[in-house]
Amino acid sequence: MALLEVNNLSTWFHTRNGVVKAVDDVSFSVAEGETLAIVGESGSGKSVCCYSLLGLIPMPPGKIESGTALFNGRDLLALSERELRGIRGNEIATIFQDPMTSLNPYLTIGEQLIEPLIYHRDMSRKKARIRAIELLDAVGIPRAEHRFDSYAFQFSGGMRQRVMIAMALIAEPRLLIADEPTTALDVTIQAQTLKLISELQTQRNLAVIFISHDLAVVANIADRVAVMKDGKIVETNTTTAIYSKPQHPYTQTLLKAIPDGGKVQQADIADTPLLEICRLKTWFNISGKKNTRSGKKDTRKKSDGSAKGSSANDHTVKAVDDVTLTIRRHEILGIVGESGSGKSTLGRSILQLVKPTGGSVKYGGDELTTLSRRQMKPYRRRMQMIFQDPYASLNPRMSVFDALAEPLLYHGLATRKTVLAEVLALMDDVGLAADSIRKYPHEFSGGQRQRIAIGRAIATKPEFIIADEPVSALDVTIQAQILELILQLVDKHNLTMLFISHDLSVVRYICDRVAVMHQGKLIESGATETLWHHPQQSYTQSLLAAVPSLQASHN
Amino acid sequence: MSTDATLANITDAEQGSSLWKDAWHRLRKNKMAVGGLFVLMLMCIAALLTPWLAPYSYEEQNLILGAAPPSAQHWLGTDTLGRDLLTRLLYGGRISLAVGFIATAVALLIGVLYGTVAGYFGGRIDAVMMRLVDILYALPFMIFIILLMVIFGRNILLLFLAIGAVEWLTMARIVRGQVQTLRQQEFVEAAVSLGLSQWTIISRHLIPNTLGPVIVYTTLTIPSVMLFEAFLSFLGLGIQPPQSSWGLLISYGVETMEEYPWLLIFPGLALSITLFALNFLGDGLRDALDPRTSKD
Repeated sequence: MALLEVNNLSTWFHTRNGVVKAVDDVSFSVAEGETLAIVGESGSGKSVCCYSLLGLIPMPPGKIESGTALFNGRDLLALSERELRGIRGNEIATIFQDPMTSLNPYLTIGEQLIEPLIYHRDMSRKKARIRAIELLDAVGIPRAEHRFDSYAFQFSGGMRQRVMIAMALIAEPRLLIADEPTTALDVTIQAQTLKLISELQTQRNLAVIFISHDLAVVANIADRVAVMKDGKIVETNTTTAIYSKPQHPYTQTLLKAIPDGGKVQQADIADTPLLEICRLKTWFNISGKKNTRSGKKDTRKKSDGSAKGSSANDHTVKAVDDVTLTIRRHEILGIVGESGSGKSTLGRSILQLVKPTGGSVKYGGDELTTLSRRQMKPYRRRMQMIFQDPYASLNPRMSVFDALAEPLLYHGLATRKTVLAEVLALMDDVGLAADSIRKYPHEFSGGQRQRIAIGRAIATKPEFIIADEPVSALDVTIQAQILELILQLVDKHNLTMLFISHDLSVVRYICDRVAVMHQGKLIESGATETLWHHPQQSYTQSLLAAVPSLQASHN
Repeated sequence: MSTDATLANITDAEQGSSLWKDAWHRLRKNKMAVGGLFVLMLMCIAALLTPWLAPYSYEEQNLILGAAPPSAQHWLGTDTLGRDLLTRLLYGGRISLAVGFIATAVALLIGVLYGTVAGYFGGRIDAVMMRLVDILYALPFMIFIILLMVIFGRNILLLFLAIGAVEWLTMARIVRGQVQTLRQQEFVEAAVSLGLSQWTIISRHLIPNTLGPVIVYTTLTIPSVMLFEAFLSFLGLGIQPPQSSWGLLISYGVETMEEYPWLLIFPGLALSITLFALNFLGDGLRDALDPRTSKD
């Protein structure tokens, strides 16, 4: 018998611009000890669906229009707020996406852990503390007894997510709703967290609803998968069936959009280097206020960088440490690494957006690190950057026309007379409709915004582009389109690209060569397929092993 | 909108940023804001044409008449010295509006530039600039203004400058805070990597994005400056009789409120209407300058 049985659930949002059917006639069930994954892209209603069950959607504008949700024989949708409170965190627990913001920064984690025990179970503090420490131990927090009195900021992202899991499990719930629990985590941490969740599930015979946008993650953990699109479940089936014989066209699109396999090798990579990076160091001094946030403003040091380096101590973060790298013309070089590995700082140091502490960056033979802002200007035109977050990388008060015309006019690549034609050509290049020229960024979706940002980057006809996680904020089908666009443009304009990403399957799909970064150091590099199949360093091996892949689930 | 129409639009929008043009379009659709703008313009025209519009001279007394309620000769009545209130209101409006707008413009100009520079460059420059602001804040500014008056003599223009010189401090702090957050956004980094000059980044990418709070604060500053002028004049540091301003008229009106209420009501109305108009215009401007609030 199913533990939770949802029938014909509809949750609509009544907004000024009409009704949004966030969840539209959805039915599913979860049995004890089973993992159901709800998969869909952003806005598909997968989260709203679960929050409706717990009474956690804002009402109004939200309203549950119809449906029943039988949990253990009781209809959740018919319960009063008071009764629901008895169920939330007690019988049904939730893990949220972002471990950074879902813990209260002002309370120790122990305090937050024992809260449900004291509320729901009337347990004494002493007993609750013992339980909590046991559980912290079970989720793999080392020295749990000491960490009980730590605050959230004293934990890393992965550890915080473990604390969140402990918190969810402390009242011994029967159903766990995990809303994108690993999306904010690094790939190796993600693998550990997923393993932990499935272990705990087997031990405790938990039912789990696992909400995710990532089909590859889901493949390794779920028993059954429900695919959601536009508020409807379009297909539900066992995991194996979904991946081997997807029925619905949307499921097929989703599966196809996952970058899989290697890049079709491009032939025309020249042997001439475009960029030579030699012993590049970018260190931040975090003891003073300087440099961590205002690195790019640091005009103070020029050649005394090495002198500063020698006085390095505990307060110095070596974001980029002694990196030597050559980028050849017309190649796409991938930089992979986990968060904090210094891959973004490396990109910014190459572009001199952050002044390196030492070492050299030669662009076509010219040294960049010693140039002043003014001397940099001609190089700026030739080197561009695409940023991760298309919501933050576009000025909200500049229309598409303004954003694309600015670099053209500023660098004298167009006159006032020709700029309109140039902008339209650019928009055509990146696949934006001409009639959206007067629109502002907020009127576009994430993928379209990234197209604008890409258009801006290629506006100056650069030779070299650094793409810093250009697709990691996008849905998987949009991601596939943007990757396709990038490949197309690289080909059309003969670009050289440094592609920074934490997502190894994306890198494998797009890059000719890959370099792996770990704690500021470049530990390994090589042709993509060679590195994939014969990683030399143990770190690279563990990184590759952690990548969730569809193949793994079939074997 | 069809593509052709859009493109036609664009061809006239090539000059500079389309933000201001779009903002003007949006502002025109906001009836309250247009009403506010209209009222303010009316006030300003009246202030400019006062010498021709005023029925009497502002110092012309009629001691026999004394304080009289509104009548056919004196539409808004007369004050205790028998001076025509309408005339005095018109002349007072000139001073009040001038103080309000000029002093605020001074504050706006200094405050926005200063705050942006401090926030953008950060580090030591920021520290020095903001400490200066702190010091000026701590200075009892009455003494500051008295000093100015003593050194340079009493002068209306100086009064504008003095008030503006005090009011910019808060503006600078607001703008600096805004710029500090904006500076860390990727679009500013994108602008740097496009090779734009610092001035272009400041004027095109930073300042337009600080306008929301700046406009709100400006609409709050104008009335406070007007009242501030009345306060200074009351202390004998600002406008001297027989000249007048709305603030002064109101403070005299308060004294005789019980016997001659019209001496309070009419200047009070003039000030209130101006403030209402300002607020509507300010709200409209703030919305118009933010593309995200537009619904079309």
